[in-house]
Amino acid sequence: MTVTAPAGGAARPARGVNERVVGTRAVTRLFRRPEIGAALGALAVFLLFAFDPTSRSLWLSQAGLAGWLSQAWQFGIMAVPVGLLMIAGEFDLSTGVMTGATAIFMALLANGLHWNIWACILAALVFAILVGLVNGLLVIKTKLHSFIVTLATYFILRGVSVGLVEALNANSTVVNVLGHPGGVASARAVFGGTLGSNPPYPVAVVWWVGVTILGTWVLTRTTFGNWIFAAGGDANAARNLGVPVDRTKILLFVGTAICAWLVGTIEFTQGLSAVSEQGVGYELYYIVAAVVGGCLLTGGYGSAIGAAIGAAIIGMALQGVIYAGWPSQWGFAFLGGLLLLGVLVNVLVYRRAQRARR
Amino acid sequence: MSGSQLAGDERTPLLEVRNVSKYFGSVVALSDVSLQVYAGEVTCVLGDNGAGKSTLIKVLSGVFPPDAGELLVEGRPTHFSGPRAAQSHGIATVFQDLATIPLMSVWRNFFLGREPSTGIGPVRWLKLPYAREVMRVQLHEMGIDIIDPDQAVGTLSGGERQALAIARAVYFGASVLILDEPTSALGVRQSGIVLKYVVQARDLERGVILITHNPHHAYPVGDRFVLLKRGRVMGSFTKNEVGIEDLTQMMAGGEELAQLSHELQRMGAEQPALREVAETLAQEAGTGP
Repeated sequence: MTVTAPAGGAARPARGVNERVVGTRAVTRLFRRPEIGAALGALAVFLLFAFDPTSRSLWLSQAGLAGWLSQAWQFGIMAVPVGLLMIAGEFDLSTGVMTGATAIFMALLANGLHWNIWACILAALVFAILVGLVNGLLVIKTKLHSFIVTLATYFILRGVSVGLVEALNANSTVVNVLGHPGGVASARAVFGGTLGSNPPYPVAVVWWVGVTILGTWVLTRTTFGNWIFAAGGDANAARNLGVPVDRTKILLFVGTAICAWLVGTIEFTQGLSAVSEQGVGYELYYIVAAVVGGCLLTGGYGSAIGAAIGAAIIGMALQGVIYAGWPSQWGFAFLGGLLLLGVLVNVLVYRRAQRARR
Repeated sequence: MSGSQLAGDERTPLLEVRNVSKYFGSVVALSDVSLQVYAGEVTCVLGDNGAGKSTLIKVLSGVFPPDAGELLVEGRPTHFSGPRAAQSHGIATVFQDLATIPLMSVWRNFFLGREPSTGIGPVRWLKLPYAREVMRVQLHEMGIDIIDPDQAVGTLSGGERQALAIARAVYFGASVLILDEPTSALGVRQSGIVLKYVVQARDLERGVILITHNPHHAYPVGDRFVLLKRGRVMGSFTKNEVGIEDLTQMMAGGEELAQLSHELQRMGAEQPALREVAETLAQEAGTGP
């Protein structure tokens, strides 16, 4: 023992240096990134429909691209804030219903009070911020799990949006804006319009890219982003270091609600109509996108780009199944498989990132 | 027994606790506790489990206010409204398990809560290259070489994590460092590394409060020793007033140790390993064979 110890001690530094050099190689770094699983998954799904003989030609055309982007943007705009919230250790189940509730809010104002569309959009933004604040404050003040709190707001919003709309709208849950309110053309150009003509791409895709860039920048390049990681990684440690954990989480709930407002605005201005319960159930897609994108369910780890790629996977899967002529219900089974596979890959990546150096 | 000659010290302590008490309902967590920490010195707070060490740390770091007594920062009575207030008075606490966030990278941890940022108007962003470089230099000065600032803290050893927390506190200008059981979860070698950093912080003219239950870790680095038992100060000494044997004996209670030694000896009549432990205990209790 005492004889071998010095030899071992002498040998160790040399081996340690080698290990460190290997440990920082570019490839190793790449495979340590949280979004690597999602990127590989997106590639696999893309190739799947590119090789499928039925979907192949449409899939590789511009129309095919526009097709799945038209599906993916709504998941993408929401997956990013839902992912950030998840990294901070919280859930929001009221996101899906919020996209519909904000849309119907605007439609009711435009139809009943004949407001200018921009005024309706701003009023809905205030409404969304309030809902986000309520979600955040309830989670922080009651110390209940956000899963429960936002499940409650989900049901409340769902019930109110159906009940209120039916009461105000002659027992119909569809609100079509009649007449000619001001600001339609400009609002549609900014939110609900299209770019190009053959094929037309929704403007919403630009919003999706913008939200993704903003989310990534905030998460990785700002103080607030550092606090997001800390709030989800270890809230007590973060508090001890003076990080305003509560404020961070509340702001993230508000941000999520604002993104839901953005989706609602885009959908409302596309057709100048809204339906109660629009977006209900989509909250799970957002969570799937964030998780497939490498966001850890328990918080503290993840990526905004990853969540956006996760949304792209969902868009591709849902649209690709149609192009390939599979029965549409198979799309769900396909998504479920992807979720499992994505999470498994992420666990591997995560373990690799956390692997002890010794 | 209590170090009254300390009162003759001409210098003003960086941080002083005077006759502090803290109650939780009918439970007396701290009763009439006093201690001082001076610049360039290590004050060790020694006590077994339940002695009130954790409560004392929380009072010192502003987590909750004392029910009686006062805190003096550089001679001025001060009230901390929260951990952040204590920090702004230059008091940094390195909690045992709460010092770092394992999933976050080393540089993110280093600057957590005090991120260096720049920007235009309200739009601000992190100074990434600066943050990485400062962290690398600071940790290098503490004797840790981080090759990759983006590696997760969870991949560092326990000693390195404590060192990161200490380096962080020193860098951000803490004049008083409170270390909560920094060696308790560590092996011998790692404990040694942490104690080295304690000495380095002391040599940088910081005041260090080292909370531990291990007199063998406290004695080599400490200048003052405060023994806590059941929320009370059992004794308060400077290094030249007390030896390690006395400290150990007082900490465990000499009689209790002797008793334990006897019991072990009986049980270990046929087990040499147990007998060895018993003999060590007996020596520490001052009743060695």
